[in-house]
Amino acid sequence: MNTSDLFEESYSALAVNKVRTSLTMLGIIIGIGSVIAMVAMGQGAQSTIAANIASIGSNLIIVSPGAQRGPGVTVSAGLGSAQSLTMDDEQAISTQVTLAKAVDPELSRRYQVTAKGTNTNTQVVGTNENYPEVRNLSIDSGSFITAQQVQDLAKVAVLGPTTRDDLFGQGASAIGQTIRINQIEFKVIGITVSKGGSGFFNQDDTIFIPISVAQHYLAGPNADGQPYVSSVAISAQSADVMSAVQQQVTDLLLQRHKISNPALADFTVQNQADIVSAASSVTNTFTMLLASIAGISLLVGGIGIMNMMLTTVTERTREIGLRKAIGAKRGDISFQFLTEAVLLTFLGGGIGIGLGWVLAVLLSKFAGITTQISSSSVILAFGVSVAIGLIFGYYPARRASKLNPIEALRFE
Amino acid sequence: MIVCEHIFKSYFSGDLETPVLKDVSFQINDGEFVAIMGPSGSGKSTLMHILGALDTPTAGKYLLDGHDVSKMADDELAEIRRKKIGFVFQAFNLLPRASVVRNVALPLVYAEMPKAQREEQAKQALLQTGLDESRFNHLSNQLSGGQMQRVAIARALVNNPSLLLADEPTGNLDTNTGEIVLSTFQKLNATGRTIVLITHEHDVAAHARRIIHIRDGKILSDEVNARQITTRSRVEE
Repeated sequence: MNTSDLFEESYSALAVNKVRTSLTMLGIIIGIGSVIAMVAMGQGAQSTIAANIASIGSNLIIVSPGAQRGPGVTVSAGLGSAQSLTMDDEQAISTQVTLAKAVDPELSRRYQVTAKGTNTNTQVVGTNENYPEVRNLSIDSGSFITAQQVQDLAKVAVLGPTTRDDLFGQGASAIGQTIRINQIEFKVIGITVSKGGSGFFNQDDTIFIPISVAQHYLAGPNADGQPYVSSVAISAQSADVMSAVQQQVTDLLLQRHKISNPALADFTVQNQADIVSAASSVTNTFTMLLASIAGISLLVGGIGIMNMMLTTVTERTREIGLRKAIGAKRGDISFQFLTEAVLLTFLGGGIGIGLGWVLAVLLSKFAGITTQISSSSVILAFGVSVAIGLIFGYYPARRASKLNPIEALRFE
Repeated sequence: MIVCEHIFKSYFSGDLETPVLKDVSFQINDGEFVAIMGPSGSGKSTLMHILGALDTPTAGKYLLDGHDVSKMADDELAEIRRKKIGFVFQAFNLLPRASVVRNVALPLVYAEMPKAQREEQAKQALLQTGLDESRFNHLSNQLSGGQMQRVAIARALVNNPSLLLADEPTGNLDTNTGEIVLSTFQKLNATGRTIVLITHEHDVAAHARRIIHIRDGKILSDEVNARQITTRSRVEE
């Protein structure tokens, strides 16, 4: 049998029982459709997070305290929870790390914030005048914290647009208004430009205050009586010197903290690429999880195909007997049934990809979830649906080809 | 030409041997019209399966146009069936929801013949059976029993076989339609086709020129039919 005859035979066999064909195909359509939609969701989340991380700064290196690594059992309260990174460390970095373009200290914590009868719970970041340069932040109205205000312990605050909306209403002018953080009054002096962040790295829902104020009035000193920071952000002069800066910072802090073995360092120096890859591994796991749940429905669809093909082979036993009597070889018969199964899954896969695409578009339109359909997931879906046809069509096709023509012709 | 020499056929279930054919020998020359007759259980169906290369004998030799079919494997048997044998079944076995022409051309699909040539050859075969040309593009399940059987005969003819093998071809038809089908066979025989008809009815066998009686797996008699029934006057429906 040549190829075009094979397709004609398979098509007309599938067309005979349209209801059954479409119901069986539905299994594959739903399976492929949900795989496509789920992977689109996962990849959308991944690209959103990558873009968010890129927006937090360029050539950024972040030093955080207290992820103590070392031999033996160490009880760790987690990255950034220690108070071992002090203001003096920050000063040393900003004066001695020559390849750094700008350095800022950060002390962040969540507080309940109130203003004129409204309140919200948000991230309060104590920092200095270098923050906008290091973190790629722009001011929409008013101004950012100045060096003078840091020195004077001025109780001023710069709000992110989301925080401003929460406290003063959508788009209201908040400059000159008063807010209370932990019962202490702050005067609003500026609003930042929205970065469109969401989820883990939402810089729009943040309040910036002078680092000195945060240390003096909100956090207090650490156990040694030193003002501490929760991280130091460094902007390197260029992407090429990132690792050199990381090395300089590490050496400097090891020396300052009097630690000889780098493996026992009480701080962590991370660059942006590390953060991106850490976040990617999280979203990858998330994508895999979603895809494997959808994959189960694909498997069930495949079993549906096998079931239908077995029924078809039984129903068409006489036809198989006849085809054998007029000269069809085993290979002809098994090829014909295999083509039917693959045609079924191929068409199902095609429609499923369409369905998944529509689903992804609807999700981003109505549920606000960013989705992204990559050509690789489409190609993979086609490949998987053809493979399902081959795998689940093989056994029924083999059974058909092995029928004895005499018994098949007698079959009632 | 068909040569059967000392054909034995037994079926086995476990250790139990059930002999069906016991030393059957005969010869059929090209252009003959032979009826193989016998009651049910006589072994005539088994003999038909062997003649039609659907099965192989347990012992003995079966030569079809000089090819020894008795020792062939499955795919070789399929090849012989495709090239040398045309089957007509009691139950017609047409593909439902397929056109008459497509049904007739089906054996040629397995010969990998181009579509246009296939359809041309199918129409030629249909004309030989006397089916009205207006029905060529009808679906096979829209036809009457007699028309269906003539389509089945055309399908058996389409590959120009050495042997036309009919298994109770009138079993599902009323007497009148049966006559039409049998006269179609006679017409085909007149053009030189070799036909073997398997039946248990005397009236049907009487249309052949030679009758082989078989009973309990052995040939009872093999003689020329002196009183062949001909119905040339009623070929057309």
